[in-house]
Amino acid sequence: MASLNELYQNVILEHNRSPRNYRAIPDASGKASGHNPLCGDEVTVWIRMNGEVIDDVSFEGAGCAISRASASLMTGAVKGKTRPEAVALFERFQRLVTGNAAGEPPETLGKLAVFSGVSGFPVRVKCASLAWHTLRSALDGATSDESRR
Amino acid sequence: MSAPAVPALDVERVRQDFPILSRRVRGKPLVYLDNAATSQKPRRVIDAVSRFYGSDNANIHRGVHYLSEQATLAYDAVRAGVARLLNAAMPSEVVFTRGTTEGINLVAQSWARPRLKAGDEILITEMEHHSNIVPWQLVASQTGAVVRAVPVTDTGELDVGVFDRLLTDRTRILALGHVSNALGTINPVRWMVARARERDVVTVVDGAQSVPHLPIDVQSLGCDFFAFSGHKVLGPTGVGVLYGRADRLEAMAPWQGGGDMIETVTLERSTFAAPPARFEAGTPMIAEVIGLGAALEYLEEVGHAAIGAWEEELLGYATERMRELSGVRLIGTAREKAAVLSFVVEGVHPHDVGAVLDDDGVAIRAGHHCAQPLMRRFGLPATARASFAFYNTRDEVDALVRGVAHVRSVFA
Repeated sequence: MASLNELYQNVILEHNRSPRNYRAIPDASGKASGHNPLCGDEVTVWIRMNGEVIDDVSFEGAGCAISRASASLMTGAVKGKTRPEAVALFERFQRLVTGNAAGEPPETLGKLAVFSGVSGFPVRVKCASLAWHTLRSALDGATSDESRR
Repeated sequence: MSAPAVPALDVERVRQDFPILSRRVRGKPLVYLDNAATSQKPRRVIDAVSRFYGSDNANIHRGVHYLSEQATLAYDAVRAGVARLLNAAMPSEVVFTRGTTEGINLVAQSWARPRLKAGDEILITEMEHHSNIVPWQLVASQTGAVVRAVPVTDTGELDVGVFDRLLTDRTRILALGHVSNALGTINPVRWMVARARERDVVTVVDGAQSVPHLPIDVQSLGCDFFAFSGHKVLGPTGVGVLYGRADRLEAMAPWQGGGDMIETVTLERSTFAAPPARFEAGTPMIAEVIGLGAALEYLEEVGHAAIGAWEEELLGYATERMRELSGVRLIGTAREKAAVLSFVVEGVHPHDVGAVLDDDGVAIRAGHHCAQPLMRRFGLPATARASFAFYNTRDEVDALVRGVAHVRSVFA
């Protein structure tokens, strides 16, 4: 049976207490807001692109420990990645939290592996993926240096 | 003179009537404190629904055969029982709906929509459930009417002074909750309805949260409409009641067309049945109505006086115990309250509070309780809410308090 300790791993509790990259990016090249109408969680994600590379990424918002820690760890995981790399990571993360990651060892996801416990709590999947969906919107709407020219 | 004795409620005996209360959740005994979302069902209700399908099932109001006749009698007997429970003047003032939401929408579309004009005002309150906000916004956008809301004070009571000022010559409808689902506040409905009636304002009371806790007398309340849901008062989901004063229902056009609501139909036009049939198009939720009848009978046997006294004791005890916990703040501390405790734990999101409590077998609600304007008023995205029923015990309050202490230790 899914246990509370698997859901609230120490890394998650720690990122909930002290989220990383919790700020706005004034010269962002992309920004999107996500909202979970069921529970009222809100998150805004900023990105600054340098060519195809995510040069900086940040977030602000109100939500539960899972959604806050997920946003925080996401910013660390995608900084320096290209757009396709970030999207691929999102897809792997989504498979992890929905329990569809058979054959993909969670540890290869690095720190994001702490969210493996979420799959035992189906109602929390949306909490864990809200920031990622919002990042994707920001990426889709982001004007890269290329297209700005 | 001594106060009339309230028959004591034997909670352990009552609990035997609810099969689900003996189950375990996540390896622990279930502590069900989400009664404002939906109540649990006594064996008698489960059996009534099951017996209907097992041996009595037939459609109503159309067959000449024995089973249809019996089903029709049983269905209409529940209508008469609901009328008695609410002290309606006659059974035809009771319309069966799918629930409170449908009842309010029916009033909004069938009473309000043809009568409202641009600039007319619909007065609601800041503590309404979305089901008593959105139907009025919809009809406002259809007619050009305007929705205004009575504000809520810091303790979670309606600001009656502002209510008096908001009630004007433009007000056509007053729609308000009897008991707040999110805070438990019992609103001064009788007084507010009386003020509204002085100005010929039509009044709609959302009784979803009051029927499970309080005796209801619609004639004494003086309201034109009163809606509630079966599933919050021990009955099945999918059935509710709209009480409408006879003259109001008479004056209303049908809402949905179909079988059972007509007098005669030609290919050009139809004439409509009298209320309540006019508002019950199609085959209704017969088994659910039968189940609701069993639920209300059970409720009357336990007795509102005993229920009220026990729930007041539970609320008092829970409030006192929760106040002893540091870092816990109660949201909604009105003088008149039903057995609902909304609270926040400092530094912990209500969802996480709910998840930890769930791991302890304690079921509460975490979220905005379909009352986003109210949450906004308190500057909160959400709260945790424990809502009690008469089958809850002091031990279960203790389990809640232990659970909240557990929350504090996980997120320390």
